[in-house]
Amino acid sequence: MEKTLTQTSTSKIHVEKLNLFYGTHQALFDVDIKVKPQSITAFIGPSGCGKSTFLRTLNRMNDLINGVTINGKVLVDNEDIYADTVDIESLRKRVGMVFQRPNPFPMSIFDNVAYGPRLHGTSKKAQLQEIVERSLRQAVLWDEVKDRLHKSALGLSGGQQQRLCIARLLAVEPDVLLMDEPTSALDPISTLKVEELSQSLKSSYTIIIVTHNMQQAARISDTTAFFLNGKMVEVGETNSIFTAPKEKQTEDYITGRFG
Amino acid sequence: MDTRSNFHQSLEGLQADLLNMGKKVEGLIHDAVQSLVNMDKQLAEEIVASDDLVDDMLLSIEESCLRLIALQQPMATDLRIISTALKISTDLERIADHAVDIAKVTIRLSGQELIKPLVDIPLMAEKAREMLVQSIAAYTERDVDLAASLAQKDDEVDHLYGKIFQEVRGMMGTDIEDNRQLIHLLLVAQYLERVADHTTNIGESVIYMVVGKRKDLNV
Repeated sequence: MEKTLTQTSTSKIHVEKLNLFYGTHQALFDVDIKVKPQSITAFIGPSGCGKSTFLRTLNRMNDLINGVTINGKVLVDNEDIYADTVDIESLRKRVGMVFQRPNPFPMSIFDNVAYGPRLHGTSKKAQLQEIVERSLRQAVLWDEVKDRLHKSALGLSGGQQQRLCIARLLAVEPDVLLMDEPTSALDPISTLKVEELSQSLKSSYTIIIVTHNMQQAARISDTTAFFLNGKMVEVGETNSIFTAPKEKQTEDYITGRFG
Repeated sequence: MDTRSNFHQSLEGLQADLLNMGKKVEGLIHDAVQSLVNMDKQLAEEIVASDDLVDDMLLSIEESCLRLIALQQPMATDLRIISTALKISTDLERIADHAVDIAKVTIRLSGQELIKPLVDIPLMAEKAREMLVQSIAAYTERDVDLAASLAQKDDEVDHLYGKIFQEVRGMMGTDIEDNRQLIHLLLVAQYLERVADHTTNIGESVIYMVVGKRKDLNV
């Protein structure tokens, strides 16, 4: 049977029975999730529960780690991203990632944002300028940096750097943004700015965020998934998870009755 | 292991405060009906005076709830315990208001002789008071079945109210003073009917607190 993009599901991301091993140690057990497009999904759970590991399976970042084996299915737009035919570079362009610590390149603000488009073959100055401005505006950073675009990105504050990294990601026009604790190194106001930014990006992107901050998950996400010991214990509407979770393990974790 | 034991102790304190308020309000309802049955004006005046105390209890519980929400960002059961405390304390305060309403009827009718001995009103009052005790027990014991069984008792109270309404209508005549007394007694029955309704609200809050789902007990 011929594969078509719309055949199986309307989910942006559809994961089925995903297992992951670091060598012989199993880190993820039969994880299933469907992620709706134009939504924010938060992964919560204690350290070592597998939430970041799982996030990294969604754009094959775990491929970079020796000894990792994966079985199960990860579909993005109904396409198996672990199929042999998949071009990893183009996958990571569609499914981009923001990391815990902002990691701007040691170059100008402009060049940081233009880096991806240049890599992907855009060289016209006018076009690059347009992309840089649009991306910085989308990342709600433009007004703060428009007069210093050619200064080093390293001179920005931590919160600005993180939004720059988001702008850099947006410049290559991804569909999915994976955020791995994007505000854990930021002060509260910068954190709120990144949260606001995520909300405003939701209409155009599918966002998945790993966070240790349950209030953050509650504030910004539509769906929350709780991980424990490599298993996805519960996934549901954020509203339900934080007011009346179904599973006792979720309840114990989010109320702190859990050690 | 509880990683938020201080917070959870505060929650227990909140629940203890609510229980105290419940006991106080239960006493008020009991005394209010006694004041009417015995035409005890002094007792009625004490009830009217104690309204401020109940209002203070409500304010104090509200403040505790808001403080815990603002400072502790409660979630799941903890959040439901707090939102339930806010709702139950409001219902209790309304019940206390009705106790005061009944006491004021006693004061208005004082010096008059009752047209007839009160039979159904004390019966209704006793059922409403039992419902209050039961709703508070359901809260303390987290007993969903006990809370749900309030629905049936509420039907009994509604039935008694209907009976009193018919009786009063039948006794209405041309004597203005008698009619005035009858209207006041009908109001008392209405207050008691409302008290019972508030206890079903408490029952609904208890069910939501325990299972996280809503159930209508007053249909």
